[in-house]
Amino acid sequence: MENRRVVITGMGIYSCLGKTLDEVRESLYTGKSGIIFDPARKEMGFRSALTAKIEIPDLKKELSRSQRVYMPEQAKYAYCATVEALRNAGIDQDYLDTHEVGLLYGNDSSADPVVKAVDTMREKKDTTMCGSGAIFQSMNSTVTMNLGCIFKLKGINLTVSGACASGSHAIGLGSLLIQTGLQDMVVCGGAQEVNPFSIGSFDGISAFSIREDAPEKASRPFDRDRDGLVPGGGAATLVIESYESAVRRGAPILAEVLSYGFSANGDHISSPNVEGPSRSLQMAIRRAGIDIREIGYINAHATSTHVGDTNEAKAIYNVFGDQHVEVTSTKSQTGHEMWMAGASEVIYSMLMMKNDFIAANLNFENPDEDSAKLIIPSKRIEKHFDTFLSNSFGFGGTNSTLIVRNL
Amino acid sequence: MEKQELIAKVNEVLAEEFEKEVSEITPEADIKATLELDSLSLVDMVALIENEFHVKIKGTEVAQIKTFGTLYDFIYERLNA
Repeated sequence: MENRRVVITGMGIYSCLGKTLDEVRESLYTGKSGIIFDPARKEMGFRSALTAKIEIPDLKKELSRSQRVYMPEQAKYAYCATVEALRNAGIDQDYLDTHEVGLLYGNDSSADPVVKAVDTMREKKDTTMCGSGAIFQSMNSTVTMNLGCIFKLKGINLTVSGACASGSHAIGLGSLLIQTGLQDMVVCGGAQEVNPFSIGSFDGISAFSIREDAPEKASRPFDRDRDGLVPGGGAATLVIESYESAVRRGAPILAEVLSYGFSANGDHISSPNVEGPSRSLQMAIRRAGIDIREIGYINAHATSTHVGDTNEAKAIYNVFGDQHVEVTSTKSQTGHEMWMAGASEVIYSMLMMKNDFIAANLNFENPDEDSAKLIIPSKRIEKHFDTFLSNSFGFGGTNSTLIVRNL
Repeated sequence: MEKQELIAKVNEVLAEEFEKEVSEITPEADIKATLELDSLSLVDMVALIENEFHVKIKGTEVAQIKTFGTLYDFIYERLNA
């Protein structure tokens, strides 16, 4: 089996922290929160009306009607992120037309078009009235089918549905395909719809913070007084390719995906344990072949739920012990970007690594027994680091860990 | 609805939905070619007509409606049936 090096050559993002890498970098640096109170959710009976604020892009000038009609909101976010990533990687349509470029994107729902189609069927009693776009918008693979057709990609085309670790698994699986020589380049990422229908039932299990009087204070990973997550979304895209391919193209080589670790808890559907995530961390570190002291920053999965943050803090402490490494959760700024998070958080970490800072873990005011054992900066720190680790965990106990090194 | 009024309304909604100029739509023009419809977007045209004019075009009837003129006639006859 080949063991080729995998490098990141392009990134693009569309998030509540900004619509370009520059905007997002600035938001991370200044500690901006993307969380708001959405009155419409309250009217719909939500326990918590908190959400990340994101604007659906108008792509009328960029794409034809026949391209747009099949795209739900998260595919539009993914399109914007992918345009930016390809541009930054120096890839044009001619390159895509003449090479087998793959596409692996995390996505695990497309509720809004499903609900609208069902409403139409119930009201009209005529399936034709759903229109031609509904089926393509409704499928879990909607992002990869849309992007694959728009950019005319000819390599692997697959949606990764791994709950809140989807985006991270997409990058990890893409890196394995490149390492083994099956693909030279894979466009990877994660997308998340941001609409009430998609997370109403999630709200229904009391998973969300109800700190509605202070939206910016609601997402508080690792803080003693956290009371649940805040849903967010958007999309993030990374272009990864073999080192040889990047050198051959004269591409900007930003970083190397050193390793991908994964595991499953084989346990409770919503409550994570400590052992499963610990194994994911250990596998990533073992495969990276590095000393853990080389890791200068950990981007935690920590979503601001009680049990999730506690068990992740325990898992990190299990593996890192008293090593001096800063741990933060960028979800304190973005809320939980779910299917997108694993990809967006690699980009957030990349932006910090490239600009020598670690963004504040907002709202970390008082530690609990477990987070007290970690080094969690509540204010931004200026720090140079060359290697980071990014955790992503999901419902059903799926775990993914990526380690990335600066180049 | 008078026929001229109907024709204007049909042209307006089709042009808006399929992002064409109203001036491109003439009674003799081929619908599929003018609006650049494929088998999928033809479904959207049928749904649009039903939504706007409450006139249902069955699958077998769609094949007979080739020009905008035949579409105007079809809708007008159904509305006045």
